[in-house]
Amino acid sequence: MTGERTRDGALEYLKREGRIVIVGASLAGLRAAETMREKGFTGSLTMIGDEPYEPYDRPPLSKQVLLGHAVADHTALPRRRVIDADWRLGVPATGLDMAARRVRLGNGDEVEYDRLLIATGVRARPWPNEEEGSLQGVFVLRTRDDGEGLQRALADNPRRVLVIGAGFTGSEIASACRERGLNVTVAERGDAPLVGALGGVIGEVAAEMHREHEVDLRTGVMVTALEGDPSGRVRAAHLSDGSTIEADVVVVSLGAQRNTEWLAGSGLGAGPRGIACDAGCRAFDVRGIVTDDIYVAGDVARSPHALFGYQFLSLEHWGNAVAQADTAAHNMLSESADRRPHLWVPAFWSSQFGVNIKSVGVPPMGTEILITQGSLAERRFAAVYGYQGRVIAAVTFDNCRWLPFYEHQIESTAPFPPPYSTVDRRPEGNKPVPADFPDPSVPTHGPTITLSGYSPADRKMTFTPGR
Amino acid sequence: MTQALLREIIDYANRADPYPLYEELRKNPVSHDGNGPYVVSTYYEIQSLLHDPRISSDARNLKSTGDDPLGQSADDEGTALPPSFLKLDPPDHDRLRRMTNRPFGPPHAPHRVHDMRDELHGLVGGLIDNIATSGNLDRVDLVDQFAYPFPVTVICRLLGVPHEDEPRFHVWAETLAASLDPDPDGDPAQRGKGTTDARMELGMYLAGLIEERRKNPGNDMLSQLATADGPDGAMTTMEALSTSALLLIAGHETTVNLITNGMLTLLRHPDVLQRLREDPGLSVPIVEELLRYEPPVQLLPQRTTLSDIEVAGVNIPKGASLWLILASGNRDPKRFENPDRFDPDRKDIQHLGLGSGIHSCFGAPLARQEAQLALSELARRLENPRLLEDPPPYRQNAVLRGPRHLQIACDGVLPKAA
Ligand SMILES: Cc1cc2nc3c(=O)[nH]c(=O)nc-3n(C[C@H](O)[C@H](O)[C@H](O)COP(=O)(O)OP(=O)(O)OC[C@H]3O[C@@H](n4cnc5c(N)ncnc54)[C@H](O)[C@@H]3O)c2cc1C
Repeated sequence: MTGERTRDGALEYLKREGRIVIVGASLAGLRAAETMREKGFTGSLTMIGDEPYEPYDRPPLSKQVLLGHAVADHTALPRRRVIDADWRLGVPATGLDMAARRVRLGNGDEVEYDRLLIATGVRARPWPNEEEGSLQGVFVLRTRDDGEGLQRALADNPRRVLVIGAGFTGSEIASACRERGLNVTVAERGDAPLVGALGGVIGEVAAEMHREHEVDLRTGVMVTALEGDPSGRVRAAHLSDGSTIEADVVVVSLGAQRNTEWLAGSGLGAGPRGIACDAGCRAFDVRGIVTDDIYVAGDVARSPHALFGYQFLSLEHWGNAVAQADTAAHNMLSESADRRPHLWVPAFWSSQFGVNIKSVGVPPMGTEILITQGSLAERRFAAVYGYQGRVIAAVTFDNCRWLPFYEHQIESTAPFPPPYSTVDRRPEGNKPVPADFPDPSVPTHGPTITLSGYSPADRKMTFTPGR
Repeated sequence: MTQALLREIIDYANRADPYPLYEELRKNPVSHDGNGPYVVSTYYEIQSLLHDPRISSDARNLKSTGDDPLGQSADDEGTALPPSFLKLDPPDHDRLRRMTNRPFGPPHAPHRVHDMRDELHGLVGGLIDNIATSGNLDRVDLVDQFAYPFPVTVICRLLGVPHEDEPRFHVWAETLAASLDPDPDGDPAQRGKGTTDARMELGMYLAGLIEERRKNPGNDMLSQLATADGPDGAMTTMEALSTSALLLIAGHETTVNLITNGMLTLLRHPDVLQRLREDPGLSVPIVEELLRYEPPVQLLPQRTTLSDIEVAGVNIPKGASLWLILASGNRDPKRFENPDRFDPDRKDIQHLGLGSGIHSCFGAPLARQEAQLALSELARRLENPRLLEDPPPYRQNAVLRGPRHLQIACDGVLPKAA
């Protein structure tokens, strides 16, 4: 790509003979690769992934796989088309030379690129005490291997499973344990499950779901230590309230950490909060200047969203990874005027205790909540979250057919509280109540959405929602 | 202007081809004048209204029936039965639909429809054999001889009506179906009485059967509706009655029209018919495209607004009557490329033929399977079939639209596959 070429010529050249490298061979990486080929990219494509497997799907890991209904190695992602890539699997990327446009690999290789897409996602936050965390019987759940190991441990009929953290993943694990008839204790630092993601009003519903399914739910406590037996197997856990729980399987479900360490020192705006990028998925460097050739997509990305006050959103949502990958791929092969913003309205689903939970928008931005349809007590409802007089998010429990309506409400900045009546409105839906999100200065582990609005170069600032 | 257009749509003279009128209608996504219904004709608007919780299916929320061009009365079922879930809102709708779904579909009964396949195959085969043995292949009425008897029998089997009672069931179903499709030349008093009698007799019969199934449950749907004791408790006898009546009527009229519209369309597109003859698997995309191109339910005339709402710049007041013209949305060029083309190879085919949202067609998996089997078997076995009359005579009904007869001729009927 020399200087004499016209802009068009450069792009044509890139599409024909360029070198595109994707780091992170999972959902976002694969979907981006497919889109690029679809758009006529015929150059060389390299897929770098540190896991030894071809791209597979993670949501089943905490659901069907744990129930033994699906085998972990059968969760490969369906291919939408042939991508004809040079696969470098089982090798991590360990460094980036932005000036030379080169990615360094763990095996010493270097790969040059004209365009780079970073889709390295997140990993499970490990138990902070390394020694305790490496006891036999202690698990996290992020990868296929994790899923397989945990499912085998559950199939061995442990006397009790302890799940630390009641976010979406922790709750799904608890649900799977109960469905298998196992005794399970859930320890959560917050006042209820899912509070970080959906607030206290909905958290209370989640808590009842746990209790009704005979989960031993402990809220407002922290696990302070894990204890092993002489053979190095986990045996018990100590809680901040002084109690002890005997368990022979412990699942640490404390949220995730972004896979950005390999970029340290590269000059890219990457840190513990992810990699900041513009709405078109182009990464920022540490100076806050947008790059031309490095793009980001999926769980590792943080990008400003016009609909939510241009706040930088980091979303650990399957649908986000797909949509953002698509946008990144499109923009990587487009002139600036043809680039598209990533305007996906955040959406998430979960299934636990037989209930289908879905949300759209950004619930943690909400200050108030109104049950517009159904009832909390029946655990079949739709609720909207309000923020400064507008609808900012919605959640449904076993009521997802209405969700497109609420999505449109969010997109069109509809007023909150809603001035209209709906089918199935109950008395509890007459007045908004505080959504009851925990004080952001007290971290709860497990929120799936983190909002922040800081410069990517500044890694020290703490999380504060825009209230 | 809108009223005139609506009247034209209702007018029987335009039954054979309402699509140019729909095209006219789509110039405005929402049409309204005077006190008639608000008519919505464009894809995206219909789609979003089907997911809009401010829209009710319960006629009790209508402010006034106003000037209803269909002349529907609020109590068109004309019985003491409580409204079926088709005409209810959540939570009652959800509860009844959920309970009805337990014996019908996933997750509790994932095999029900699939397991009927052999039985359906047998029924289709038998009806085509009858055509062969009727001796007159110069004039076969595909409606009377095939499309009509097939779905009633299927519903009987599904509900668990004893085989010996099926003929009585056919008679009641026919009378009730005729009441949905009034013949303007007939004597309304006479017809009204016939319908009431049929309803009574059917109701008594079903009530008896429900009692019987309570004592001796089998594996059929009626037994399971009668004896349900899932998380939602049990259905009352009245609820079980109105639900089974709904399954009978809704599961029947629509499928007849789907199959008949399907054969008509295929006979008008001999190349597609030939492809289907060679590859029965093509019946899957063909039926999907048919549901877009010639949907049996042309419009939903029984929605009403619970609040003042705005649709495509038009303010619709609370309590207004809404008509959603599904068949028009299905041909909206803003949504589908070449919408007036019948194209079974179409990839992007999220049609409105079975509705969408909480009231989306309950019997969809069964209807699809029936139509796929019927069309592929007719295509395979009828030799050189041709239309004797195009367009064929249509039923009166503008809502459940389809030919009253479909006269064809063919050179022969191939034997059933071994
Ligand atoms: C158990 C579980 C259940 C879930 N359930 C749901 C759900 O119900 N609904 C929902 O919306 N979302 C769910 N998710 C989230 C969803 O799976 C993620 O949003 C999605 O996987 C993100 O895709 P991604 O490609 O951005 O990242 P990832 O899938 O995390 O992929 C990143 C890949 O990059 C690799 N990598 C990291 N660093 C390097 C490096 N230096 N070099 C090379 N490769 C590297 C990683 O090993 C990984 O394979 C769930 C996730 C988990 C773990």
